[in-house]
Amino acid sequence: MQGLAASWRLYGRTDGVSRGVFGVLAVLLPLLAWSAVSYLPFVWHPQVLITDPGGEDYLESGMRMNRADFSRAVSEMQSKNEPVPQGIAANPVYLPSPGEVLTAFVHAFTSSAPTGAEHSITQAFGHSIQIIFWGFLISSLIGVPLGVMCGSLPGLARLVEPSVDFFRYLPAPAFGALAVAILGIYDAPKIAIIVIGTLFQQILVIANTTRKLDFALIEASRTLGAKGLKLLFRVVIPGILPDLYRDQRILLGWAWTYLIVAELIGTSSGITWFITQQARYQHFDNVYAAMAIIGIAGLGTDMVLGLLGRRFFAWKREIDG
Amino acid sequence: MTEHQLPDYRTLPADVAERMEQIRQREYVLEIDHVGKVFAQKRHQTVALEDIEFGVHRREFVCVVGPSGCGKSTLIRILAGLEETTTGRILVDGKPVNGPGPDRGMVFQKYTLFPWLDVCRNVMFGIEMGGAERAEARRQAMQWLQVVGLEQFATSFPHQLSGGMQQRVAIARALAARPRVLLMDESFSALDAQTRLKMQNYLMEIWRKIDITIVFITHDLDEAIYLADRILVLKPRPGRVEEVIEVPLSRPRRAAQMMSDEFLATKAHLEGLIRSFGDTTEETDEGEDDFTIPLLTLVTDKAE
Repeated sequence: MQGLAASWRLYGRTDGVSRGVFGVLAVLLPLLAWSAVSYLPFVWHPQVLITDPGGEDYLESGMRMNRADFSRAVSEMQSKNEPVPQGIAANPVYLPSPGEVLTAFVHAFTSSAPTGAEHSITQAFGHSIQIIFWGFLISSLIGVPLGVMCGSLPGLARLVEPSVDFFRYLPAPAFGALAVAILGIYDAPKIAIIVIGTLFQQILVIANTTRKLDFALIEASRTLGAKGLKLLFRVVIPGILPDLYRDQRILLGWAWTYLIVAELIGTSSGITWFITQQARYQHFDNVYAAMAIIGIAGLGTDMVLGLLGRRFFAWKREIDG
Repeated sequence: MTEHQLPDYRTLPADVAERMEQIRQREYVLEIDHVGKVFAQKRHQTVALEDIEFGVHRREFVCVVGPSGCGKSTLIRILAGLEETTTGRILVDGKPVNGPGPDRGMVFQKYTLFPWLDVCRNVMFGIEMGGAERAEARRQAMQWLQVVGLEQFATSFPHQLSGGMQQRVAIARALAARPRVLLMDESFSALDAQTRLKMQNYLMEIWRKIDITIVFITHDLDEAIYLADRILVLKPRPGRVEEVIEVPLSRPRRAAQMMSDEFLATKAHLEGLIRSFGDTTEETDEGEDDFTIPLLTLVTDKAE
């Protein structure tokens, strides 16, 4: 209890129990709110799902309408002494219940028959992962070495960083048409958009990280005879590695942001295409299931990377506390 | 304070005089040849050091003292090659040097062990930079760790060690690269008083055992007198050599000597010198000048 109270003081300390409690609540509270809205009719349910149109011509079963319009239709039919339309209170189509989304989610992994090319969530998602992987890999192969060099060579920084800073402000979607014109309509322009979206940030962020290395360590290693490539590989890179790793985790998030743009250019593909397609058919349970997969995959990779980072860079954690 | 006449700090006891004569006959390891340093800022130039001329003999222990702002840190950074001279040059074994190099090891005031390497790998760093094989470097590093008495911490990481132990590893790391001169920039000033005294004794013990020349920067006068053969006193604005003092204390040194007449006489002289330089920085007031603090609260009883 003490831990819980202390967690609410500014810069207070938490203990393991209260961290656990907050961790569970962080997942549970939004789920409870969503369930309450979905399963307790008195909370919201602004619409009525028609189960039996009764005598009203323009109604069909499966249709949703506002409660006010429904009660007007009911009283109209009552005054005409015709069969009264039946319906149940419901939420709008864009808010499926947790159960429906869970069913769609499970269905995504269990149904083996995709309805046409790239129609299952898993196939669409697999394609997205490929785009992210290649885009981030290519960006990192250029951005990490260039960033480290910019951070450690002031001359190169002056030469490269102004133009990088310029390109950084051009929104990646602006390159969409250009990428398609040059690279065709399939995966290449999509990968290019991811690269354009992350690379320029990557160079600047990593250059800054490199510059932030404790200069006293550089000086100490110089008095021990380190210079040139030895200084770079034995001091600079090991020294910045934990921060570099953290930067890469954040930049991977950027890559996911640009995925949406990338998948809408050329021939639409991947998870974005799946989501827009399903939204068009008003299959919002599938839309939310797809979103959940992206979120879970993102959170999952980040947590795994975080754990690995703590394993690899134990010294850094001990210093930073 | 007893009314008791202190001896002149310049009269050396016979054994010390003999030792100083021996030292004088040794060749110079490190020469500071008319070194000047000017920091150019936007509008004006600051002369940090002006025409410093000094030679350090082989296996001599020299301390540099001076009030804050006298350029002693600039001087040692120039000696290490981390700062360039404006005029003059630095010679090691008679040859001018440019930039930092393994011939001048340095122990910093800050803890500068590589946090990602364990203690042994830290000490191996300089040896490996010299081109030694991994196994040979490890063997030598373990020997140096024995010298500083930390061989059982070889696999610990720097953050697991106390400040004093970290500085001992830093000394081992610097010595392992086989420098001609060991430069120490207020290396013990971050340590507490007891640890500092212990470290001073460690340092003199190591210095006795191996062929190394030490230049030690400090603002702690006790430390300077306790450690040094000669003390170089710098005067501020611009930084110049005010006096070179031969310390009239016999070796091996022991903490008890800090109460001796020779020690007190030297300290009194140094304190007088430093006070004579006056207030060197605008913000700090190091003298005992009177200043009045307005009464801020109603004080009904007296503290003294």
